[in-house]
Amino acid sequence: MKYTEEHEWLRVEGDVVVVGITEHAAEQLGDVVFVELPEIETMVVKGDEVCVIESVKAASDILAPIDGEIVEVNEALVDNPGLVNEDPQGDAWFFKMKLDDPGVLDDLMSEDEYKEFLG
Amino acid sequence: MERGQQGRNMDPGQSGPTGRGSMSDTQTDLRRTALHALHLELGARMVPFAGYDMPVQYKLGVMGEHLHCRAKAGLFDVSHMGQVILRGPDAALALERLVPVALVELAPGRQRYAMFTNDAGGILDDLMVANRGDHLLAVVNAACKAADLAHMRENLPELEITEVTDRALLALQGPRAEAALAAIVPGVADMRFMDVADHDWNGVTLWVSRSGYTGEDGFEISLPEAQAERFARALLAHPDVAPIGLGARDSLRLEAGLCLYGHDIDTVTTPVVAGLSWAIQKARRAGGARAGGFPGAARILAELEQGPPACRVGLRPEGRAPMREGTVIWDAAEGGRNLGGITSGGYGPSVEAPVAMGYVPNFAAEPGTRLWGELRGKRLPVTVCELPFHPTNYKR
Repeated sequence: MKYTEEHEWLRVEGDVVVVGITEHAAEQLGDVVFVELPEIETMVVKGDEVCVIESVKAASDILAPIDGEIVEVNEALVDNPGLVNEDPQGDAWFFKMKLDDPGVLDDLMSEDEYKEFLG
Repeated sequence: MERGQQGRNMDPGQSGPTGRGSMSDTQTDLRRTALHALHLELGARMVPFAGYDMPVQYKLGVMGEHLHCRAKAGLFDVSHMGQVILRGPDAALALERLVPVALVELAPGRQRYAMFTNDAGGILDDLMVANRGDHLLAVVNAACKAADLAHMRENLPELEITEVTDRALLALQGPRAEAALAAIVPGVADMRFMDVADHDWNGVTLWVSRSGYTGEDGFEISLPEAQAERFARALLAHPDVAPIGLGARDSLRLEAGLCLYGHDIDTVTTPVVAGLSWAIQKARRAGGARAGGFPGAARILAELEQGPPACRVGLRPEGRAPMREGTVIWDAAEGGRNLGGITSGGYGPSVEAPVAMGYVPNFAAEPGTRLWGELRGKRLPVTVCELPFHPTNYKR
């Protein structure tokens, strides 16, 4: 698992990478009540706002962690946004991206580095 | 209270789940209430709000706290709010010069909602005024209290105006609030909505009012800071009482259709446009015993006679996406007119859907009117509806 400073996790599954938000992020956001997912087959650039997450009080975005194509989204989150709080690093993945160059993940944090980042 | 634009990036450490009130973004120089240590002990997440370091939520989280307060009882620290004593032979008549509300008829032991108006008829702050026998007690918003004090001192020179700085203010709200408070302060069960009275708790004099900011039955209790933590612990020892932060305080008041100063009402909204005409009694209206005589009376009385050009309405987004403060409201899915905007909005945990309040022109204010809110570049349907979103539960 790799981590970004925006509190996303990335897990490689073959030639795709699965993206979600960390337990820390989910805990900080509080009860998630709304999730808006990107369209599949969208080409995104690292830093693009690709998902909207709303908790009771605040709106946040998930930014694309790398360049590439969105190949799958987790429709279960639309019907059950609370899944983000229940299982942020498991069932509550947000989207999958095609991973053309696994090397782009080298810049991201390892689990230990993310823990250190959280302080 | 103040702007609270939500952060639009995934930076949950910074974007506190409060749309309310921070005056400063710095952690320095924040004031602390008498319950600050207790908040930390209870696991609160603290945020700057109106110059104070305040709990935005505890371990239950905003949703859990909101639902707990609606089902049982919630304890809120509202010590950041201003408590001001006004003394003088005709204090009520004098204070009427600053508010469009009848205070002369306010009986001892009763409280009324009021607002300071400006010369344009806008609202400088909203407040509660209690007749405590030989004086009035005003409770004002934290972010406005310095300006309110200056305003009262400048315009009511004949009164002795004292800010109460040594008393905490707690609110206990919810259907079990009466039982929980009466368990340690038996006399409060006899109070009705908007009554005020002194009660004794272990030799401590509590200034109690039966009121609040959640739409639920409940009490606000002013007591000396030195005893506040012990009193709060005594309430929290009741199995039905949980501590509630500012996050749920905001979602509770939004569902109850109550205005948040600086958001739903401000210096450019008149009480009439804001839907607060009910707070302006006959005595202060045209033809009344003490008609006018407050700042902005010409405009406010004219709006009462002729109807306001726009009004505050409830708005229910049809989809699941919350529409928050600043969302623009249109009268068509494409093209059309920009009618106004949302002033408070979010998810209503008891309504189990997004809810919002905002201003629209009168022609679009009829409940059932379908309008469109612009969210991230897309117009999504909203329906005008009656306020409150959640029925109030006052003990009248």
